Amino acid sequence: MGRVEGKVAFITGAARGQGRSHAIRLAQEGADIIAVDLMEEIPGAPYAPATEAELAETVKAVEALDRRIVASKADVRDFDSIKKALDDGVAQLGRLDIVSANAGLSTQMAPAQELTEEIWQNMIATNLTGVWHTAKAAIPHLKAGGHGGSLILTSSEAGIKGFGNVAHYVSAKHGVVGLMRSLALELAPDFIRVNSIHPTQVDTDMIMNEGTYKLFAPDKEHPTVDDFRPASQSLNALPIPWVEAVDISNAVLFLASDESRYVTGVTLAVDAGAFLL
Amino acid sequence: MGRLEGKVAFVTGAARGQGRSHALRMAQEGADIIAIDIEDQISSVPYKMATPDDMAETVKQIEALDRRIVATKADVRDFAAVKGALDEGVAQLGKLDIVSANAGIFSFGTMEELTDEEWDQLVDVNLKGVWHTAKAAIPHLRANKGGSMILTSSSAGVKAVPNIGHYVAAKHGVIGLMKTLALELAPDFIRVNTVNPTSVNTDMIQNAAAYELFAPDLEPEARTKEVLGARFQTLNAIPLPWVEPVDISNAVLFLASDEARYITGQIFPIDLGQLLI
Repeated sequence: MGRVEGKVAFITGAARGQGRSHAIRLAQEGADIIAVDLMEEIPGAPYAPATEAELAETVKAVEALDRRIVASKADVRDFDSIKKALDDGVAQLGRLDIVSANAGLSTQMAPAQELTEEIWQNMIATNLTGVWHTAKAAIPHLKAGGHGGSLILTSSEAGIKGFGNVAHYVSAKHGVVGLMRSLALELAPDFIRVNSIHPTQVDTDMIMNEGTYKLFAPDKEHPTVDDFRPASQSLNALPIPWVEAVDISNAVLFLASDESRYVTGVTLAVDAGAFLL
Repeated sequence: MGRLEGKVAFVTGAARGQGRSHALRMAQEGADIIAIDIEDQISSVPYKMATPDDMAETVKQIEALDRRIVATKADVRDFAAVKGALDEGVAQLGKLDIVSANAGIFSFGTMEELTDEEWDQLVDVNLKGVWHTAKAAIPHLRANKGGSMILTSSSAGVKAVPNIGHYVAAKHGVIGLMKTLALELAPDFIRVNTVNPTSVNTDMIQNAAAYELFAPDLEPEARTKEVLGARFQTLNAIPLPWVEPVDISNAVLFLASDEARYITGQIFPIDLGQLLI
């Protein structure tokens, strides 16, 4: 008996990285999946966007576990597209129990006074407004189910701590904590729980690129992962440079399952003790 | 395959209540148990504490799960007693992976009224006892090349409640202790976190003295579980009066397991959203 047997989970940003890992981990424990991803070029992002082929790979991996998945292209910045994708998914899979608001991006890194209007706006639209859109689309389904639910919002270490050169990212991720707390209060009477997860660096395409390496090793002209590793590790208390996507997925799984039925309003850091430093 | 297969867990205050529940939940997932409890009364505690019969029941239930348990009568205020019991347990079971520093007591009074005896006994058990537990465990965890310590704090470790100032101070202190231990032990991959429950449905709150704290305006005969439940519920965002011991045990299990291998330094509320209010 899986730990989320018979439940349906909605995951944004599910084509690859943490989102795909969450879909697979939840499916391993018995959940069916509604998956969306943008799969479009992001202005100012120092890495390639997810692709249709990557979302197809997620679909294949979930189906290989003998679970159902409804996957579509949708943009968290556009409420109507998220609502439609989720409504279609619920129509096909019959219910909604779990929401992983995971979609997020990293873009140009620069001191606050150098960030452009477009970069700022796009960051907030995706990493903060997109989370609100995801919750807003999901709440009617969670309430209609009458059996509560669990929303897990992906914030960041940067949602509880400041970092230089990413003021837009830090602002959006701190905003997610405020959103989480308000949602948790509003939805508690309906037994809908809302928590946030705060990863330290995770080994995915979003950070494994020269843009991030440069942020951590500004002195190097073309820093590599070997320059990034020690700098990244210096931010963690446990002597590791980064965590794996499955470490975040295991936290999502716990918060999604009935084992955490009375846990709400919590900021859970999966951060190798980074917050202590 | 259990989630703690092959691990050994040390649980203090294991004769009944949350401690027994933690021991059972971890044994269900494959762990062997080293258990201690004072099994005696402390003079300022206004409810009946655990007995040797309670511990015998814990032993019986663990053995019924086909796990091993080494149970000893020991007071967490006495470092030599804790160390002796733990060393003997490790000698018999071969190693130590997990520590649940759960032993705690409760008494009541305003800061103005509390006696030195009430203050000292409570702070000695609920704070110093946790340090003793950690201190006795650290050499074994280092020898094991890693491990997980879960310290039982409380909602009152983050937020004050009137009339239990010594309890609030001790439980806040546990968080300071946790953060320091997490930093000191991170290089050895020993993780340290707190669980922070709201009211838990155990003998520690279901007693006449606790009822008087929550309903001083009512006659003793009017202080029924239902009436008190409504008072307790006002503390929580999710509309329930208290959680069950197993809800804390499930959080302990998650933090004890390798699924949380990179989670350290965390305050983990299981509190029906109490901290949001």
